[in-house]
This record gives sequence, structure tokens and C-alpha cells, in this order.
Amino acid sequence: MASGNREEEYEEKNVHDVYQQIASHFSSTRYKPWPIVERFLQSQSPGTVGLDVGCGNGKYLSVNKSVYIVASDRSGNLARIAQQHQPHSTIVADILNLPHPHSFFDFAISIAVVHHLSTPYRRIEAIQEILRTLRPASGENPGGKALIYVWALEQKSSRRGWDKGDAQDVMVPWVLKAPKSSASAEPQPQVFHRYYHLYESGELERDIEKAGGRVLESGYEKDNWWAIAGREDRK
Amino acid sequence: MKLLTANFLVCAVKSCKGSPAAFPLHLRDVELELQDVDFQPEFIRNIIPRVDWDGLNQMANELNFTNIPQTKPEGETLRNEQVLRDLHRLLLETQVTEGKLICGNCGHEYTIKEGIPNFLLPSHLV
Repeated sequence: MASGNREEEYEEKNVHDVYQQIASHFSSTRYKPWPIVERFLQSQSPGTVGLDVGCGNGKYLSVNKSVYIVASDRSGNLARIAQQHQPHSTIVADILNLPHPHSFFDFAISIAVVHHLSTPYRRIEAIQEILRTLRPASGENPGGKALIYVWALEQKSSRRGWDKGDAQDVMVPWVLKAPKSSASAEPQPQVFHRYYHLYESGELERDIEKAGGRVLESGYEKDNWWAIAGREDRK
Repeated sequence: MKLLTANFLVCAVKSCKGSPAAFPLHLRDVELELQDVDFQPEFIRNIIPRVDWDGLNQMANELNFTNIPQTKPEGETLRNEQVLRDLHRLLLETQVTEGKLICGNCGHEYTIKEGIPNFLLPSHLV
């Protein structure tokens, strides 16, 4: 698994380390829940149990307090910020090795996370790992559902301006303003670069199917592709 | 880490996940703290059916909690406010702030710091 190690190191440097360093600034810019995610969480029945994989600052943990969510993030600094949202709970974990039982959870969300994995194989593996934790359908009971969001290549009107035909594997800068100091020199902002794979139309659905999932609903919302998926297999 | 959360956790190592010995994880060297969480009787009533009661009992034993019902409360028992309040305290308000979670299958130890367990694996276990 030499190549797996190399990819892990790449993501360590170009995704995980960056989030550790920008955690508190990143968090202060992430407070508005996206409407489709909000709707998905509010539609879960009271007493159901779900996951928020790659929870960041935990902005989705305040949406529904009648369900129980175990939220995880790769960044300890973000997990600490997310911890404040009762009654839910936060852990540090990797999307490719989630510490959760098979076939148990009623729902899962993974918002703006899968696009940080640096090869097609690892992105499919990540989706597989989420689907593994969901309850399969059995008899009359529908199975658990996962809502997955990824950044879209097609976002011509965004400030990034990418569109169909552009490179899909990109480094995206995060500008961290230096704190004002008493020194006379203007403080230099620090720039961090995060790796992203920009999804093209139809690609998320294909990845979900390759991961053994069934797409139940999918669409485009504000520069992102999203899909709601269940497991293809039944109990 | 709440005890309710521990009920939804297994070892992160792939080959351990199907193993009965990987659940529940064993608590060692723990520091506990009571943390106020709003009491919602409906939440407790709804969540109990999703709790693995043997797993909860085993964990409670390791913490020397002795007054846990031996069988999962259901039906009328879940209308009793005192029962719900006790369960609320046990599942949501009892926090493991420091300590270790140990897999009974592979023996790997996960550290809990400031209430957050860390499940990142060293590269030889991935």
C-alpha cells in the first residue's frame, strides 16, 4: 500500500494540516446551514441516530435536537469547536476508517468532505465507508439515507469562476489575515492551500453507484452537487 | 464523550468491525464529569430502543455504576419521569473527559482528551 501512504501524506499536508491551522477563522465564516441539508436533517424522525462525517465546526448540529448525531472530523481543532452543540457528540476520526458499527445508522450527512480525497478510488472508498454504517432496507422499512455534498466544477458565476472543461484537481487558497500588531509594518496575511477535486455533472451519482449505493435524489445547489443515497443491498 | 456515544462506537480497525469482541470498547483510567444537558423526556423515550443494552451494562459495570436496569426499560416504564431522568443523567450528562477506549479484539488504545476520543489510526493499522 505504498501508493496509499503517499496519498495519505499528500492529504495530511494539503487538507488536514490546513484545517488544523485555519480552524477558528474557518469556523467564524461557516454559520449558515444550507437549505437542503437543513431540510434533510429536519425530516429525520425523533429518536433516530445519525452521523455527521467531516462535521467541521458543527454548524449542522443545531438544526435538529430531537435526533442524536455522532459528529466526526479529522481535525481535532474543529472537533473541539463542534463539541458545544448539545445533545450531540463529537469525535476525531478519519472518513476512511470510521469507528462505527456496520448497518446501524438511520441517516448520515457528509457536507463538503469527499472532494478533499485525492484519488477516484479514495473518494469511492469514502462513500462506501459512509454507506457501510447505514441501516439497509428490510421488508417494509426503508433503509438509512446519506446526504453527500461536493463542490461543483460548474460554477461560472461564483467568485472562483470555474466551469466545464477546466481542471478538476485544484489547490484553493485560504487567506488568513494576520492579527493586527503594534508593529508599524502592515501585517502580512498568511495563505494556505487546500486540495479539492471539483465534481462534474453526474460524477457524484457515478461514484455513489460504484460504492454500492443507490441514488434516491440528487441536484445542484449554489456551486455544489448533492445526492441522497441509500444502500443497494437489502437485509 | 457521553456514554450514549460510546454505545455507537466500535474499533476503527477494519478487521475488528465484525468481531463481537470489538464492542463495546473498554474504558480505562477514566475521569468522569457531570455536564448539564437540557432534559427532554421525549428524546430519551425515543432513543432507548436504539441503545444496545448489554453494551451499556458492560460499560456501566466497568465504571462501577450499579443501579442500571438489567433489562432495557420499555412500555409503561418509559412513562415514569424518574426513570427517564436517571437515564438522561447516565446517557447524556455523564461525560468521560479523560481516559482510554480499548478494543477487546486487537487491543488498540484510543485516547480521550478534553471529552473527545481520537480514532485516528497509526499507519500500520490502516
